Amino acid sequence: MAKNKYFVEIKSIDDLPMMAKTMGSMMVNETGSWRNVYPVVDKDACTRCGICWKFCPDVVISEDADGYPVFNLDYCKGCGVCANECPKSCIAMIEEGK
Amino acid sequence: MKKVLTGNHAVSYGAMIARAEVVAAYPITPQTQIVEKLSEMCADGDLDARFIKVESEHSAMAACIGASASGARAFTATSSQGLALMDEMLHWASHARLPIVMANINRSLGPPWTIWTDQNDTISRRDTGWIQFYCESNQEVIDTMIMAFKIAEQVKLPAFLTLDSFYLSHTSEAVELPDQKLVDEYLPKYQAETDLDPTKGSPAYGSLTTDQWYFELQIKMQRAMEQAYDVILKENDLFKKVFGRSYLPVEGYRTDDADYVVFVSGTIASTIKDAIDRARENGIKVGSAKVRLFRPFPKTMIREMAKGRKRLGVIDRNISYGSEGAFFTEIKSALYSQSEHPEIHGFIAGLGGRDVTVDSAYEMIRLVVETSPEKDINWQGAKL
Amino acid sequence: MKYSIPQEERVTSGTVACQGCGAVLAMRYALKALGDDTILTLPACCWSVIDGPFPYTATKVPLFHTAFETAAITASGIRNGLSIRGNDHTNVVAWAGDGGTADIGLQALSGAVERDEDILYICYDNEAYMNTGIQRSGSTPYGAWTTTTPVRHFKKEEKKNVMEIMVAHGIRYAATASISHPEDFIKKVSKAKEIRGAKYIQIFASCPPGWKMQADFSVQAARLAVQTGIWPLYEVVDGVYKVNYKPKTFKPLEDYLGLQGRFKHLKPEHIDHIRKQRDYRWKLLEAKVKMTEELAAEF
Repeated sequence: MAKNKYFVEIKSIDDLPMMAKTMGSMMVNETGSWRNVYPVVDKDACTRCGICWKFCPDVVISEDADGYPVFNLDYCKGCGVCANECPKSCIAMIEEGK
Repeated sequence: MKKVLTGNHAVSYGAMIARAEVVAAYPITPQTQIVEKLSEMCADGDLDARFIKVESEHSAMAACIGASASGARAFTATSSQGLALMDEMLHWASHARLPIVMANINRSLGPPWTIWTDQNDTISRRDTGWIQFYCESNQEVIDTMIMAFKIAEQVKLPAFLTLDSFYLSHTSEAVELPDQKLVDEYLPKYQAETDLDPTKGSPAYGSLTTDQWYFELQIKMQRAMEQAYDVILKENDLFKKVFGRSYLPVEGYRTDDADYVVFVSGTIASTIKDAIDRARENGIKVGSAKVRLFRPFPKTMIREMAKGRKRLGVIDRNISYGSEGAFFTEIKSALYSQSEHPEIHGFIAGLGGRDVTVDSAYEMIRLVVETSPEKDINWQGAKL
Repeated sequence: MKYSIPQEERVTSGTVACQGCGAVLAMRYALKALGDDTILTLPACCWSVIDGPFPYTATKVPLFHTAFETAAITASGIRNGLSIRGNDHTNVVAWAGDGGTADIGLQALSGAVERDEDILYICYDNEAYMNTGIQRSGSTPYGAWTTTTPVRHFKKEEKKNVMEIMVAHGIRYAATASISHPEDFIKKVSKAKEIRGAKYIQIFASCPPGWKMQADFSVQAARLAVQTGIWPLYEVVDGVYKVNYKPKTFKPLEDYLGLQGRFKHLKPEHIDHIRKQRDYRWKLLEAKVKMTEELAAEF
């Protein structure tokens, strides 16, 4: 878990709730570190159909000011479902570090 | 108002007067009259509750867990095989810190099939984290039903009370029904501290917890058990003030000046009183001590009761196979740290509903008074 | 960007779900349809872990973890607990995997449906006990490899048809769905939540690791299951069958089976068997559509 703004600090037994009741969001888990490929959209071919957003299991896609998909790389696991589902095949999965 | 009630119906009236809101129960001899009566009470409008006619005891406890988690006062009743089937969910209820109340008719486990009494069904559940009461009379049953909710809801741990199969569940006794208005004052409507209300947030309850937190969560649960002991005493005092009846975790009968004390539980506590009286007539200074509270185990009161005695005895209507009777173990353990270690007899009697007669009880008293214990297990009342 | 389904998200990023997890998509869609006024009960299944370890959660509705076999009954308890306090509006939803539905959870589900408890039971079906490492369940289809049906002893039994078991209970509403058809699933969840009584939806949710499949094929595989007729999309409303989508011609089975390593060992005769079973099930389904429509008119 990252020490980001979602991190919950439990210092003493009194900070613990009576039973295991959650106190924070899984956004603490920056799953971007899982991937070895990341998605890149060719905006010229993209029709902004929203299918990539629809099928993203990790809810990392939002839209920019022009309505094109934006990928939150802190969380994108690089599963490639978006690229596979894109009707215009305009999402490329690029190897990290290349 | 006095009413002649069987033990089972005392449970039903207790649930009604305590205003249980969700009842989820599955029939099993000899508990069936509890649920039949509760069904009647719901149908007649005497009890404003949802009765879930579940398809198994395991589901009965799961339903109570759901209901209690959502903030309702939940109740169930079972026995023997049913209690054993529920076992997984008993742990779930206590770990989830839900104040569910359950009545269990102590019935022996099969095979072979049996419907008569011993305590092995609940004794096998002693580690589940439930507060545990062993009742002797129908009055005690109805009173304990009310107190159990009050105690459970304060410490956030579930509680069960037991009745001996047939000897108590099906025996009619005159019972003073606690006045509804007084009960409503004594036991107000349940207000859960945490419930599942979506407007209050969206937490998850019971998520996967690594070794980082589990230990401390359980320390908190044990602390709640320890706190429960004080709450039990406090509630008993309050109950006495309001209703005039008191039930201490360990209660002596003619023990003030006794040289010998025999610890008992359940209906044997009634039977042994006649044997104690007989012994007293014969000049023997003996008393009996009923242990009503099994969890949290009342170590302090046990130690008090054992102080200054020449010899002790414990009658267990249960056995932990490969070891000995459960009350025997717990009592010896409580006394281990004390400077005085009187000799202590362990008797196993009444398994499978074998009647523990006054004569049998007297024989056990005689053994305590006249002999030193040789073995940890003394079978009493076995015929073959 | 176009949005063909509601935009609001109630599942966050950061879950520990595998790449391409179908179960997460299923939950994401379900919660869009259910809204904030929802309580989930979750038995042992992948989602028990996906939601995250204490003290974190990934869902934006209250979630009550419960024992494996108790999804339907815990939900019943919650529903009754809410109702006695005057709340009949909150959606109480049992969210279970196929193991916790078809096998260990079947008794509780059967009881809840027979009692017509006002709950929505959603089974996300990835066709095996995936959370514990891919063991076969009653819902594993004929021919599939799992760790307990290894290739030499691949599963010979047909997939347990929980939908038909539900229909046999006289359930008010039962439906199948697939992660590949989110609009259809969301429509069905929205419809179900308005019905008082027990409802059941079984959503086909692909599992890349369990099916020995590339993560990016996740949605495609679920779509092919529908397009090959392996997983029909249909509803049963008060006993009347309705097929939601029938492909004009079924896509070749090999398209679907070929994506997944769990079917790699199948020989032509096994695929023939699957084909025959698929044809039989569709004929039976269509016969039921006709028969129940006629009966509904008569009764």
